[in-house]
Amino acid sequence: MNVIVEREKSLSALESRIEALRERDAGSDEVKQLESKVEQLRRDMFGNLTPWERVNMARHPKRPLSSDYLAALDAFDELHGDRHFRDDPALVGGFAKLRGRRVVVLAQMKGRDTKENIRNNFGMVSPEGYRKAKRLMELASRFRLPIVTFVDTSGADPGLSSEERAQGEAIAACLVTLAKVEVPVVASIIGEGGSGGALAIGLADHVIMAENAVYSVASPEGCAAILWGDAARAPEAAERLKLTAADLEGFGIVDEIVAEPIGGAHRDGARFVEKMLDAVDGALRLLEPLAPDALREARYQKYRRIGAWHDDAATRAVSGA
Amino acid sequence: MPAPEWLRIRRDKDVPAEDASLWVKCPKCSEMLYRKDLGDNAYVCMRCGHHFRMHAYDRINLLVDSDFVEIGDHITPGDPLGWVDRRPYPQKLEADREKSKLSEAIVTGFATLEGFPVALGVMDFNFRGGTMGTVVGERVTNLLEEALRRRLPCIIFTASGGARMEEGMLALMQMAKTTQAVERFMSDGNLFVTVLTDPTTGGVSASFAFESDIVIAEARASIGFAGRRVIEQTIRQKLPDNFQTAEFLLEKGHVDMVVDRRQIRDTLVRVLDYAVDRKRLAPALKAVPEFAGA
Repeated sequence: MNVIVEREKSLSALESRIEALRERDAGSDEVKQLESKVEQLRRDMFGNLTPWERVNMARHPKRPLSSDYLAALDAFDELHGDRHFRDDPALVGGFAKLRGRRVVVLAQMKGRDTKENIRNNFGMVSPEGYRKAKRLMELASRFRLPIVTFVDTSGADPGLSSEERAQGEAIAACLVTLAKVEVPVVASIIGEGGSGGALAIGLADHVIMAENAVYSVASPEGCAAILWGDAARAPEAAERLKLTAADLEGFGIVDEIVAEPIGGAHRDGARFVEKMLDAVDGALRLLEPLAPDALREARYQKYRRIGAWHDDAATRAVSGA
Repeated sequence: MPAPEWLRIRRDKDVPAEDASLWVKCPKCSEMLYRKDLGDNAYVCMRCGHHFRMHAYDRINLLVDSDFVEIGDHITPGDPLGWVDRRPYPQKLEADREKSKLSEAIVTGFATLEGFPVALGVMDFNFRGGTMGTVVGERVTNLLEEALRRRLPCIIFTASGGARMEEGMLALMQMAKTTQAVERFMSDGNLFVTVLTDPTTGGVSASFAFESDIVIAEARASIGFAGRRVIEQTIRQKLPDNFQTAEFLLEKGHVDMVVDRRQIRDTLVRVLDYAVDRKRLAPALKAVPEFAGA
């Protein structure tokens, strides 16, 4: 059960009443009054979300998905397969044009409905998906095409066959490749960033995060199960994990946040997708003039700084913030 | 050569209660083992060959020629998230320091193996389940950078439950940090060897553990990305006993070799001998004062 969806239900009765009245007389005082009442309710309900509410926002059934972002690109030609085992539909990639620029795109594909989700394994990527990603990253680097990724996964596939095909190695190989590539890498966390499975395409020169997206070392449910043996305490775990865009910007993990309309990105999905693509475009514009060595050095230093530890030798606290 | 400081710490100070007894029961075959004999046998059960989990300093003692010069021990953990679950995170750290006599889940430094100077990192499951927080990430990165500067081979023994939850996303980002350090180190032509010991899982298995030139798995170690319970819940069936063991990984082609702990030192020396040009190491030996006597 999604707490955001539940809350939206309580608004929808009022909204359909307005709709009915509007048909009779759009300009009446009653309509105006009700409209402003709905707006006020919406601000009260969604204006200041808790981390757990953002988790639900990130998993909202109407939230813009990678497929919406791919559809909004100027052009996209999918390239399939890892050349070894299988084409993983949970991670899609290929040549694309974004605001007129040639890029290579990689995207984690949650499905819109049950049928799509079953085909895409709910956006949980298998080793062959990561190996396809690695192949396309190398292709991008060879032809000097920036890499643009869209992160949206609850995590890497935790199945038997993924273990048999070395899930850990597949993710590690993506990370090494992203450390190596000589082209700009821009990652957008659009929904759920689930741990290592998300980071595999999230190591980037510039990391953008949607305001209500979440990015976490463990799912709140998993974390609660480990800590208290009770997945129902997920809201509490969400609070502690510091998984919101604002938290992560504070840690230096996220470089830019794209604001969402009150009530979430799905309230105006098409426009939000364009806003996100604009942000990607803006980041690429800044990164493109950098020489490969400077780019890689900046990327190294960006991650080199992240963390919070004490250096007893220097008797000072070092922090990524 | 005088006993290194860490040896004195291990031997003279109070050891954990289960460590203090003279006899140890093998959890696999239930044989009662005399502690001293077990130690002399590299903590491998004399009856069934079960590999006990090992303290990082015991492991180092088993490997190095003489001295071990520790670096990175000045890097110690903070509490960036102000984390509290059953206890506050700083209290958990304090308890683990007390229990393990370690300052964090990895010990890093320089040593020689059969005359080969190496940068050596050894993780320890006794400290927060070997999880990678920012200190583990920082120490691994620091080790690789120091090794790169000296052009030394680097060997890391992994033992980890994955990324450390108590440090949230800062812990996850250590996968990116260490990976970049590995990539720089290896691109310069230096040898990187990892030895995966029980257990190596999660974020460590998905970063530096599997990024090396040679991946050695210690016999019978449990190695994998996702936890066994998570997988069982996902596929709703019981997994075979050998699933995610070193031997299973060898069969599936994920590791270069599976080695009994008692042969790991000799195996590493042979790998170094094959892969490393001794002439290349000569300047390193001269440049590092620690190795002047080696």
